[in-house]
Amino acid sequence: MTTYILRRLASIVGLAFGISILVFLIIRLIPGDPALALLGTNAGDPSLVARLHAQLGLDDPMPVQYARWIGNVLSGDFGYSYGNQQSVTSLLAANFPATIQLTLAGLTLSLLVGSVLGVVAALRRNRATDTVAMGFALTCMSIPSFWLGLLLILLFAVQLPIFDVVGGTSLKGLVLPAVTLALGSIGFNARFVRSSVINAQQLNHVITARAKGITGVQVFRRHVLRNALLPILTIVGLQVGQLISGVVIVETVFSRPGIGRLLVQAILSKDYLTVQAVVLIIAVLYALTNFAVDLLYPVLDPRVANR
Amino acid sequence: MQPDIAPLTANGDAPVAEVILPARSLRHRVLQAFSHRSLLAGTVICFVLVVVVLAAPLFTSADPNLQDQFSAFAQPSGAHLMGADSFGRDLLARVLYGGRTTMLASLYVVLLGGLVGTALGVVAGYFGGAIGFVIMRLVDLLLAFPGILLALAVAAVLGPGLSNGVIAVAVILVPVYARLVEGATVEVLHLPYVDAAVTLGASSWQIIRRHILPNIASGIIVLTTSWLGIAALWIAALGFIGLGVQPPTAEWGAILNDGANYITVAWWITVFPGVFLALFVVGVNLLGDGLRDELDPTLSRNPGR
Repeated sequence: MTTYILRRLASIVGLAFGISILVFLIIRLIPGDPALALLGTNAGDPSLVARLHAQLGLDDPMPVQYARWIGNVLSGDFGYSYGNQQSVTSLLAANFPATIQLTLAGLTLSLLVGSVLGVVAALRRNRATDTVAMGFALTCMSIPSFWLGLLLILLFAVQLPIFDVVGGTSLKGLVLPAVTLALGSIGFNARFVRSSVINAQQLNHVITARAKGITGVQVFRRHVLRNALLPILTIVGLQVGQLISGVVIVETVFSRPGIGRLLVQAILSKDYLTVQAVVLIIAVLYALTNFAVDLLYPVLDPRVANR
Repeated sequence: MQPDIAPLTANGDAPVAEVILPARSLRHRVLQAFSHRSLLAGTVICFVLVVVVLAAPLFTSADPNLQDQFSAFAQPSGAHLMGADSFGRDLLARVLYGGRTTMLASLYVVLLGGLVGTALGVVAGYFGGAIGFVIMRLVDLLLAFPGILLALAVAAVLGPGLSNGVIAVAVILVPVYARLVEGATVEVLHLPYVDAAVTLGASSWQIIRRHILPNIASGIIVLTTSWLGIAALWIAALGFIGLGVQPPTAEWGAILNDGANYITVAWWITVFPGVFLALFVVGVNLLGDGLRDELDPTLSRNPGR
């Protein structure tokens, strides 16, 4: 168990290092002088350019630049956003809570609805209920989330003003974005849960239990669900990545404050330091989520730790 | 670490007990394949959409970029079947010609990402050693980024534009293909006929081309169809955000961005391109599901169908 944890820990540290190098390169790979790109409309001022050169250490060798950058990042300093006239760190702090709220709401919704759909489809396998549920799942996965968001805005802003549509982080304003965010994942989850449950149903001891005459509900609860839970745990990790991708779109569609919208606006306004910070933070959070999932595996299935 | 949006093949039904089937003719197999409902439905949807989009001039004589201030925000009618946008451009023409852009761009995405990813995967799997190690660690690293984040980071560096968008989305696919192909290559690498080819003095290139690639092709085809739909969604998403196609070129995502700006005045700009995009993705996904069932029975969602 300890070696398992240590092994996972070593791999995530390696991964975080790799991520940080790639993210560091974002600014250095921009064609032309990064200082000019960062300053945007202020690029005409030579003293400002010179100051930024010194600040970023653009004249130093790359490894030195990287070491200075990562040192700053670890102490919470991501630089200054010239476009927004404030430090990137305070931008992040202002936008993070709304994103967390939206992601958690989306995750809860997609896991709940997806699991119910998947379990029902598996128990009614190859019957009409299954076909309908899986058809619904495929539709969920195929509908572009930004289009769904627009349709919801169209319906609720124009026709039925029940929910707050644009902006705001109130509970009423959370409903439509959360549904939009969750829909694609609901389809994916339903399909995944269905096949996990069907797999578990075909395990020998489950068939034995059924042959012994144990009731369907008990077999499902004690044998099928337990075995199906492990693969389902994996998708929670996957899900977070999928939801983060969704958040970027959903926040843009609903003009909701948050990390995703911050990222899109930063890219459009060439605010590269903000881009760098957001990409780094999301990637590291994503890696940490998967690390947490890895740690939960051996709790559910002790065999994993010995592999 | 796994991709955030796993291909639709992430489906783990138990392998069906192997049945020895008599060799069947190609015609028989094709007929058999089309008895598969989702394969048939997917093929029909995709075929119809491709034909409609390619034959756009037959359906509308309007120029998708022709502005006409007198028909700005014209409602759907006989003159403009799908209405007109804020510049009075005919929406039907924009949706059909825009479909060409979106479909072609997503095709380029899977071709580019697929080729680079397959090449990396074959090299890593076949040669292994230090090269393989470096390639696969790089693959792990790329997979550590949630898909759209990677695309956005690449788009940030390259700047907006359709070809840059294609590259940005293709970057997401590279590690996915490389990982699948590497695994498949290692699996076939030590089969007796490959050993035999080595013994007979075949070159690495010959072995890869004649013995390895044909044997992993079905997996690659299934992956490609699964990702074509996702590629279309991401290309449209980039267009929607404003990082893909630049005005005035029509593209489904970019038209939807227009629609968002005028959503309270002109519902048609939002509804019609979205219907087409969703239909295309549904069609490709159905096709992918069907192909997976046919080419890779161990992953079948409905064994025995």
